[in-house]
Amino acid sequence: VTKDNELIEKIIGRYDGDIGMLIPMMQDLQSECGYLPADHLRSLGRQLKVPISRIYAVATFYSSFRLSPKGAHEVSLCMGTVCFLKGSGNILEAICREFEIEPGGTTLDRLFSFQPVNCVGACALAPVMVVDGKYYDGVTPESAMEIIHSLSPAQETAESVKKEAAT
Amino acid sequence: LTIALARFETPADIRSFTQVLQSEDRSAYKSIMVCIGTGCAAKGSRRIYELFCEAARQSDQEVRIEAKCVGCHGFCERGPIVVVEPGGIFYQQVEEPDVAEIFRETVLGEKIVQRLLYEDPVTGKKAKEADEIPFYKVQKRIVLVDNGRIDPTKITDYIAKGGYSALAKVLSSMTPEEVIAEVEQAGLRGRGGGGFPTARKWRSCRQAEGLPKYVICNGDEGDPGAFMDRSIMEGNPHSVIEGMLIGAYAIGSEQGYIYVRNEYPLAVEHLNIAILQARQAGLLGKNILGSSFSFDIRINRGGGAFVCGESTALMASLEGRSGEPRAKYVHTVESGFRGKPTNLNNVETWANVPHIVNHGGKWFAGIGTEKSKGTKVFSLVGNVVNTGLVEVPMGITLRKIIEEIGGGIPNDKRFKAVQTGGPSGGCIPSEHLDALVDFDELTKLGSMMGSGGMIVMDEDTCMVRVARYFTNFLQKESCGKCTPCREGLSQMLEVLDRITDGRGQVGDIERLEELAGLLEGTALCALGKTAANPVMSTIRYFRDEYDAHISDRHCPAKECRGLFRYEIDPEACKACGICLKECPEDAITGEKKVPHVIDQAKCTLCGTCWEKCPFTAVLKV
Repeated sequence: VTKDNELIEKIIGRYDGDIGMLIPMMQDLQSECGYLPADHLRSLGRQLKVPISRIYAVATFYSSFRLSPKGAHEVSLCMGTVCFLKGSGNILEAICREFEIEPGGTTLDRLFSFQPVNCVGACALAPVMVVDGKYYDGVTPESAMEIIHSLSPAQETAESVKKEAAT
Repeated sequence: LTIALARFETPADIRSFTQVLQSEDRSAYKSIMVCIGTGCAAKGSRRIYELFCEAARQSDQEVRIEAKCVGCHGFCERGPIVVVEPGGIFYQQVEEPDVAEIFRETVLGEKIVQRLLYEDPVTGKKAKEADEIPFYKVQKRIVLVDNGRIDPTKITDYIAKGGYSALAKVLSSMTPEEVIAEVEQAGLRGRGGGGFPTARKWRSCRQAEGLPKYVICNGDEGDPGAFMDRSIMEGNPHSVIEGMLIGAYAIGSEQGYIYVRNEYPLAVEHLNIAILQARQAGLLGKNILGSSFSFDIRINRGGGAFVCGESTALMASLEGRSGEPRAKYVHTVESGFRGKPTNLNNVETWANVPHIVNHGGKWFAGIGTEKSKGTKVFSLVGNVVNTGLVEVPMGITLRKIIEEIGGGIPNDKRFKAVQTGGPSGGCIPSEHLDALVDFDELTKLGSMMGSGGMIVMDEDTCMVRVARYFTNFLQKESCGKCTPCREGLSQMLEVLDRITDGRGQVGDIERLEELAGLLEGTALCALGKTAANPVMSTIRYFRDEYDAHISDRHCPAKECRGLFRYEIDPEACKACGICLKECPEDAITGEKKVPHVIDQAKCTLCGTCWEKCPFTAVLKV
């Protein structure tokens, strides 16, 4: 808990405790933890003297914030106009069907989190899928399957899932 | 090549430093410029850059070679792009194995690798330089002029091209009023969508009471299908910073913000580097170039909300709140960010400012139409041969952009419509292709300039489905503050869902029109007020498609599932058995040498057979 508090203090210090910088603070927290853990948010609210309701209002308003742990990999599928015209809707359906996942969700084995996103601004490459920051162009339902199936499960995620299953 | 960059103390320091950089004899150098914009990087240009660096390091030849990464050239379709100087030899679709050949032949040997040049699909003529390619020939590049020529992470590259000379000019010889007058004479209008006169905004903010004053750069480019601002921030970040410096001087502001979309990590990275360099060079901070003018910039990343492109929502987001807009009876130039006078302009608007100061407002006003001056950058995308970023003078026709620059529609398809202005814009049909592109003409056609997305659609595109796509987008992105937008869009989406599902009812078009009228008249912010544009413009130009969906339960473009059938053409079917094997529902029957048949009762219209058939024997009817 002290370590967590230290992290929050460090993040707040980066912005001189300016409440106007709440969003960058939460972005920093998310990049440290991978998501926004509830106790961290409470601690952030306490230290900034901001009601937790306001912090949750921000956390749920912006689509880039997540309140649950993400998978070992991040898969984003562009749903911009051009990608849509070139069939990203079919890719979306195929991924959801194949991996039994909801848009915005994480697979049960925590292999990957799947996020359909608004235009990534790479329309010349449509349809575009971004996996862990790497852009794939001209994606089809088949190639999307291949790309995702070739993802390797991260060690720690696999172990933590195993542990959870054991308890 | 490495001339030490000192801190600039006076405007004259910049001028002399530029002279030193420009007087350097570059003929002895060979430059290899690799585009690392998002488009080219996705196709592996980073690795190509590394390979060139490695080759340059290992070369024992007497020539001095530099490999550098540059911003987007705009011709993303043909990436990765590599340009070799001197000569401006333009190589496209370069792959890793080509690096050694380019290095050996062109860099060391001064020979051209023919197969990597752009070949005109009509004439078959090869283009050696960018200017010989039709895609570039018709363009007029002001904002994008140095994109693809400079390394965006090196301030000296920008200064060598005359960068920060406009700032030096302003601080040494112009009063703030003179700067505003110059921009006013230029007739510059906001490039973010609204087209509001920039000088009028600056003057109101300058005259507004209250301190401090803020300037903001809106880099929350949320329109799907638009990426010109991303390209400017990635490829030439200093041009945005210089524009903001000049604006801040004119307005009397000491603090600026750049609000960048969360989905643009490379833009954030390059802007951060640029700001750091500008601070070190004394171009941001206290007493810039020895004057009494102080200014600094900080970057905020957006949280992924489309509505934050709206100025008051953006300011709420900067204040650490949910991005909800407010009514604008009090203008943001009087009470904006933190309740203080705030001037917000879009990335492209800011990037135009240094050019106006350098060349004069009169020069800028000489380009374009009566009420829309200068150039506009469009992202030309969709069903068009040459996809990419194009900068054209205002007043060019849509036809010229799509046919000459874009090279027309691929696969022998017919043009159906061009969608401009993002989700708040509209679809323009072929009968208006000769319309002039400027702020007012596009509005007259029921669309708008918007931030510059230009999405070309061919005959296979269902316009009702397009309208549904944008309405769905806006409904998801509506912040929910005002009822007309929150509820109105949901209702419109329900009607559109019904129509595209084949459950449309007589009177649905009128229902959509009524809801659209309510939205336009009563929504709080520009997002809501314009949200019905995609629906209204498609009803205006493609009403027959709506009618076909509702009355005949048929989708003329054969895109809406359930509103067309798949059939196998017995003449074309070779009875290869592929569709039979691939069909997930076992709905296809047939034997060797007997044309296959789809059992319509079992078919779920998944389209697998249509995609897999090697003989295009599966038809949509």
